[in-house]
Amino acid sequence: MAIFNLKVNGKNHQVDVEDDTPLLWVLRDHLGLVGTKFSCGVAQCGACTVHINGNSTFSCVTPISSVGNSEVITIEGLSEDGDHPVQKAWEEVDVAQCGYCQAGQIMQAAAFLKSNPNPSMDEIDNAMNRNICRCGTYHKIREAVALAAKTK
Amino acid sequence: MSTVTRASRRDFLKIAGTTAGGLFIGFNWFSCDSPKVEVLSTEEILSQAKNFNSYLSISPTGDVVIYSPNPELGQNIKTSFPMVVAEELDADWEKVRVVQANLDTEKYDRQLTGGSGAMPHSWERLRTAGSTAKYVLVAAAAKTWNVPAEEITVEKGIISHKGSGKSGHFGEFVTEAATMTAPEQVTFKDKKDFKIIGTPVKNVDAKEMYTGQPLYGLDFYREGMLHAMIQRAPFGMKIKSVDDAAARAVTGVQEVVTFGNSVAVVGSSTWPLMKAKKLLRIEYEPEGKVESSADHDRIFKELLASGKAEVRRKDGNVDAAFKNAAKVVSAEYQCPFLAHSPMEPENFFAHVKGDKCELIGPTQTPDRARQSAAQILGIPAENITVEITRLGGGFGRRLRADYVEEAVEVSRVMNAPVKVTWSREDELTGGAYRPAVRYKFEAALDESGNMTAYKLRGVGMNAGNTTREHNFPSGAVDNVLIESVNYESSITTNAWRAPITNFLAYAEQSFLDEVALEAGKDPVQFRLDLLQRAKTNPVGELGYDVDRMIGVVQAAKEKSNWGKNPNVKQGFSVYFSHRSYVAQVADIVMEGGTPTLKKITAVTDCGMVINPIGANHQVRGGIVDGMGHAMYGNLTFENGVPKQKNYDTYRLIRMKEVPEIETHFLTTDFDPTGLGEPALPPTGGSIANAIFAATGRRLRSQPFIEQKEFSDIKLDIRRA
Repeated sequence: MAIFNLKVNGKNHQVDVEDDTPLLWVLRDHLGLVGTKFSCGVAQCGACTVHINGNSTFSCVTPISSVGNSEVITIEGLSEDGDHPVQKAWEEVDVAQCGYCQAGQIMQAAAFLKSNPNPSMDEIDNAMNRNICRCGTYHKIREAVALAAKTK
Repeated sequence: MSTVTRASRRDFLKIAGTTAGGLFIGFNWFSCDSPKVEVLSTEEILSQAKNFNSYLSISPTGDVVIYSPNPELGQNIKTSFPMVVAEELDADWEKVRVVQANLDTEKYDRQLTGGSGAMPHSWERLRTAGSTAKYVLVAAAAKTWNVPAEEITVEKGIISHKGSGKSGHFGEFVTEAATMTAPEQVTFKDKKDFKIIGTPVKNVDAKEMYTGQPLYGLDFYREGMLHAMIQRAPFGMKIKSVDDAAARAVTGVQEVVTFGNSVAVVGSSTWPLMKAKKLLRIEYEPEGKVESSADHDRIFKELLASGKAEVRRKDGNVDAAFKNAAKVVSAEYQCPFLAHSPMEPENFFAHVKGDKCELIGPTQTPDRARQSAAQILGIPAENITVEITRLGGGFGRRLRADYVEEAVEVSRVMNAPVKVTWSREDELTGGAYRPAVRYKFEAALDESGNMTAYKLRGVGMNAGNTTREHNFPSGAVDNVLIESVNYESSITTNAWRAPITNFLAYAEQSFLDEVALEAGKDPVQFRLDLLQRAKTNPVGELGYDVDRMIGVVQAAKEKSNWGKNPNVKQGFSVYFSHRSYVAQVADIVMEGGTPTLKKITAVTDCGMVINPIGANHQVRGGIVDGMGHAMYGNLTFENGVPKQKNYDTYRLIRMKEVPEIETHFLTTDFDPTGLGEPALPPTGGSIANAIFAATGRRLRSQPFIEQKEFSDIKLDIRRA
């Protein structure tokens, strides 16, 4: 066990965990931030996507020892009141079915639009291809990302 | 025309005031103190609501709380159920709050999610709850204003009397309404007056989902709760010995518990358990059949060829018809095992406290969870509470209570609150699956290409009847023989979205395509001719409504411009399941020599559409699901263990693999029928038939990408 100082959603946290503990489980089990989801645990589905220094990252394979002083943003910290353009677009398009993967989808979309504010539909498809939605809401995800790009 | 219904004795509505002065309406009697008026905050209403699992309550402020009893797993029931209640109540949707009800078998009937049955089952009950509430509120206003109730109108939660110019919101009349007697009969609104039903209403949990609030079972944490992860035995094996020394040595592991053929590692957080589980050294020995996929392939062929089969339907004389046939068409179709793979892995919280038990988590069948726990603990079911969280998908997996039982077992041993969490590897290797199945079809054609006989034999695993013997084309053919053979496998199997039909529909709709081509007929016209026969001169029992099936076939033909553009290669499919009808056309366009799947057009008759957003979701989602598994889904076994253990080898469909999906809903006057499943079954057929039209390759097994007929086809998938 070791002490790690983390910066998550603009706040400092201290946790005492093994250094191989994935950021995902630190967020969920130790910081009570359960918006970041566990699904595959092997960087295949994207449900655990968070931002580290603005880059979308699979938190399920990110050991806490590698996070250091980086700025971690989770779905809970993406905006003050759920009013990030991507969150608003998700509400407007009414994307979710079961909704379990959507926090990861939103985090992926938000990071992508920051790096590519005016994407083509093909670019949206490429960017969102790393996140699985078992309910098959892909059409709506695509529509919502395009809407967020337009309305930001 | 209005519908009048008489509530059954069980459903007889009772009304009561509450200590806080709200109006609660439920399906069973509950006693309470005499009402006293008090303004409630939403939080107060919600906390109060916990004690009254009724369909709705109305506070003095006019806020309406509607309880949604059935588990929400993405089928949108938590939004569409309350829409029906609010419609009959003439409530202001903006003032409606929705609460997921806990398990309460006294107050709710069929509190489960499965079989696309929630809405058809509850449609009248929901309407009755809403219209009864409106009745007593109107009666209370009539008494207060001393005017005839018939002259009162209600709109968006406001009760008005034109003659006297009086009006007020619901909340002003709840105290008086709570003293009223519920009517024995209620009058439903005319469907043409609906203001909420049929309009696009957004998901009631949207904000919580998109801001990461705890909603799902896996999000549930409680102070002092222990975590557990479990190693389960390969199918057909039992534990011989357990060496848990290395697992116990992992920091954060408190205990290792063996029960049945499972070994649980228990600790205060999840990650150490994931590590410790991998360090368990467990020796297994055979207990029953230890199966591999190669065994299944062999068993299927043996059982298809054997004389042993259960006859499900027999019309006319099949043998004579085949003997006299001008042409015989025959083909076999097979699919692999599939996992349900909901994005939220199985998990459940249990706290066994002496002869009581608290259960919290994602379940499609909360009462089964409770009964299972009662059996394990040897306590009365009434001593067990079940709180239903939102489900991160289900697809049939959470009809089972195996993961609830595990939480109960570990909580009992540890004498502590415990949450059991499955990893994705556990989910793919721990059962219970959509089983593999193999079908043999045979059709006899006369000189003119008419189908004179139809034979189907299905071999399934733990599946009982693998056929739907009264479904199309039964009823349209003179001589029919439908049989099934069952093999008992040691691999656990379970209903998977659209059980049986999720593959049978593909096999049947592909085979009918083969027969139509051999008969020299257009595949759509071939089906329409058969349906016409079933309509004018049906043979035996019909399990489907011929006119409704013709309706979707013709609409799909028209909407897809069937056969109009020689550059578009099309595949047709139609299926009836879960009381609804769906016809599909898949379009493949050759682009630079590459077949490109561009679009699937779907026409659905599900009766009245409650929420167009939800309906679209279910149809498009069902098609994406059906397509993904037909194209890529494959779970194979070696010595009782699946070879595919996570999404790196078990492939699910992704964003770039979905074509455009155009949805149409027939406007009919039928009451709403199922929609969570019916769009899935026809999907594999429409795509496979389009692939044949474009390439001449007939795909008779799934997943498509692993078939040799598909190996040199580079199918591009691109939206039009």
